[in-house]
Amino acid sequence: MRQLALSDEILMKIEKPARYIGHEINSVVKDKNTVDVRFCMCFPDVYEIGMSHLGIQILYDMFNRFEDTWCERVYSPWPDLDAIMREEKIPLFALESQEPVKNMDFLGITLQYEMCYTNILQILDLAGIPLINEERTWDDPIVIGGGPCAYNPEPIAPFFDLFYIGEGETQYRALLDLYKKDRAAGISREEFLRHATNIPGIYAPACYEVSYDEQGIISEFKPKYADVPEKVRKEVETNLSDTYYPVKPVIPFIKSTQDRLVLEIQRGCTRGCRFCQAGQLYRPIRERDVEVLKQYAKELIENTGHEEISLSSLSSSDYSQLEELLLFLIDECSKKKINISLPSLRIDAFSLDIMSKVQDVKKTSLTFAPEAGTQRMRNVINKGLTEEVILDGAKLAFEGGWNKVKLYFMLGLPLETDEDIAGIGALCNEIAKVYYETVPKEKRNGRVQITASTSFFIPKPFTPFQWAPMNSQADFREKAYKTRQGIISQLNQKSIKYNWHDTDVSVLEGVFARGDRRIAKVILDAYKSGCVFDAWNEYFHYDKWLDAFDKNGLSIAFYNERERSTDEILPWDFIDIGVTKAFLKREWERAQRGEITPNCKEQCQGCGAAVYGSGKFCFE
Amino acid sequence: MKLRIKFSKKGPLRFIGHLDIMRYFQKAIRRSDIDIAYSTGFSPHQIMSFAAPLGVGVESEGEYFDIEANSVTTADDMIKRLNAEMAEGMVITGMRILPDNAKNAMASVKAASYRLNWKEGYAPEYDLSAAVARFHDQKEVTYVKQTAKSTIERNLKEAVYELKAIDDRTVYMLVDASSAGNVKPGAVLECLAGFYNREYNSNAVQITREDTFTDSVDGVFLSLGEVGETF
Repeated sequence: MRQLALSDEILMKIEKPARYIGHEINSVVKDKNTVDVRFCMCFPDVYEIGMSHLGIQILYDMFNRFEDTWCERVYSPWPDLDAIMREEKIPLFALESQEPVKNMDFLGITLQYEMCYTNILQILDLAGIPLINEERTWDDPIVIGGGPCAYNPEPIAPFFDLFYIGEGETQYRALLDLYKKDRAAGISREEFLRHATNIPGIYAPACYEVSYDEQGIISEFKPKYADVPEKVRKEVETNLSDTYYPVKPVIPFIKSTQDRLVLEIQRGCTRGCRFCQAGQLYRPIRERDVEVLKQYAKELIENTGHEEISLSSLSSSDYSQLEELLLFLIDECSKKKINISLPSLRIDAFSLDIMSKVQDVKKTSLTFAPEAGTQRMRNVINKGLTEEVILDGAKLAFEGGWNKVKLYFMLGLPLETDEDIAGIGALCNEIAKVYYETVPKEKRNGRVQITASTSFFIPKPFTPFQWAPMNSQADFREKAYKTRQGIISQLNQKSIKYNWHDTDVSVLEGVFARGDRRIAKVILDAYKSGCVFDAWNEYFHYDKWLDAFDKNGLSIAFYNERERSTDEILPWDFIDIGVTKAFLKREWERAQRGEITPNCKEQCQGCGAAVYGSGKFCFE
Repeated sequence: MKLRIKFSKKGPLRFIGHLDIMRYFQKAIRRSDIDIAYSTGFSPHQIMSFAAPLGVGVESEGEYFDIEANSVTTADDMIKRLNAEMAEGMVITGMRILPDNAKNAMASVKAASYRLNWKEGYAPEYDLSAAVARFHDQKEVTYVKQTAKSTIERNLKEAVYELKAIDDRTVYMLVDASSAGNVKPGAVLECLAGFYNREYNSNAVQITREDTFTDSVDGVFLSLGEVGETF
């Protein structure tokens, strides 16, 4: 039995000790003396959130298939344990070996959302790793970041030695081989990092320098050395049917946030919604073969004993073999009494039929994401969902027995007018009207329940809106108020519930999303003043963040509220995602004219992602 | 038919709480292909009943749960299959077929036996055998439990059926574990320490449940593992 890093006394005192003891089914324990590389994968949030993430499971499985590598996991210690670890000077440890993270060769941190940035510093701090890359030595692991936020790594650049830009399946082997070779050759850490930049997709922030003009806009961004490339190209796994997939995922003892098996059916999306970052980052669209998925599903069920399975992708309705896959799953899962958790599907006769087979119609709600209240606004954002489609879908659903509908909208989209905001309430009202017209009184199961939720639009890198100004907090609050007014002025307002998000977090997320290297100091100062777990309301201290901006003489408005010129050097311009800046610019101009752009399936728009040679629709 | 499964829980897994252990077994049973019966409806669940919940941090050599099975092979085969799916520290140690009229595991529980052992680096601050003798000599030993709302008093003499010192750092006890009158073994040590004006330090002692019992016709406690037939 492996010795636990925490004493019984501590484990009995803290919340959910199972977060820290490892030993989960399918976790991998190797003999540390027989491996060359020890890799620790980190999700910088609490265990239950981190254990719900498929990406880490994919990489964990891949690394552990390498005979010379042992990959372990670590998550953010919750504040109760954090305080004890600092007080008793207990170093952060990996779950499998229960040994200090500092003993590892690599610490890989996945960057899934901007609000985890202070948690990265907590991880480094508790591990005893210097927070700033230049202060590290070979006694410290190589700290490498990856995931969606790595597409603008600049606000956290000084905290990382390397970033892996793109999908992890392709270049990690090369990176580990280089590491082994350079370590054996006794090369300095700095030199290894420099060598690593020659591996596709690898970015070493310390090998680049940035200068700014008097307005604070980047004037130059360039490598410090001749052998370091100017551009870093995103890595893409070109064949999803022949790569790593974790068919023996680690099963947590405690319930994780997404407590189910996950089948990733495709990557990428052909819809080209202009606000959506994932839709651009993960181009070109690649499907996983349906026969491969069936096999994975069988193995996953056998290897985990899980009671629920779900599909993962950006837009499951677009998967070409969806019907075949779902019919297979329904059959297989009913034999084994496994629930199918359906992803958000486009509402049509087929999806409603499937839903009624696997869910209790009375208990579940239908989801639409119109994102905006009027057709004009939906054209600006290129959301190809019309009012007619929504109302037809709702009618079908009401006929099928559903009476709960959820609607998602965004406020603060570029070129938004009061009419668009008023349109949110109007659309909700129309849906309610459809219900009362469709379902006769005697068949009604109470009132129709419509829930409208708005989030605040945050412009993200690598989208056509990367140049757009973001609304101020005051704008957001006013718009949420107007939305509410719009809803309560409706005839069917009693059937409509309205939820909106907090504005403080959105403002910070905006700065981190499009920030530059100077923001790192703000994050560091906020962390030092006690900010951590910013994604958790109860731990979020907006005032401390404002102080950190003030202290560093940086303005939130500069990062959020300014419309950027399309000539400006953006902090993330050194990354090449395949999709070209020219395409994004064209889309930004079309948005301003309210012109829609067809789905890739209908017509190639020449976005640039075809260079990867694997897109399903790039060559048809 | 109804099956009763006995298991032990030791090591790091003692920090997994009762609800999570139930979920753990649901998954293990699926993996091992035991032919368990399910409830009907949109989210069918396994028909399963656990005996007495075990506190976090407590080890056990005598835990039980009952399942409804559609078919069985042999106990040896099914135990082997389940054990192949266990995490380090969990071992399936027995399986029996229950009579159709048997009460479920939870309703059956009347008593549990425990071994309490001072961990390395700790020792009792009083003589254990003297303390046990003093417990036996007294007519009444009142345990006072302060909850958020009220104060509960209990005469432990009625709830502790057996108590003995095994050596100078180990105590054995058999106590009431019924749903109405469950006594935590730590409560007994609190009283022993109280005889000497000492505080009971729960961190110093490893508690191990040895077995769980039901009542039998002749007034003798019967291990839950001895109910039903071997197969």
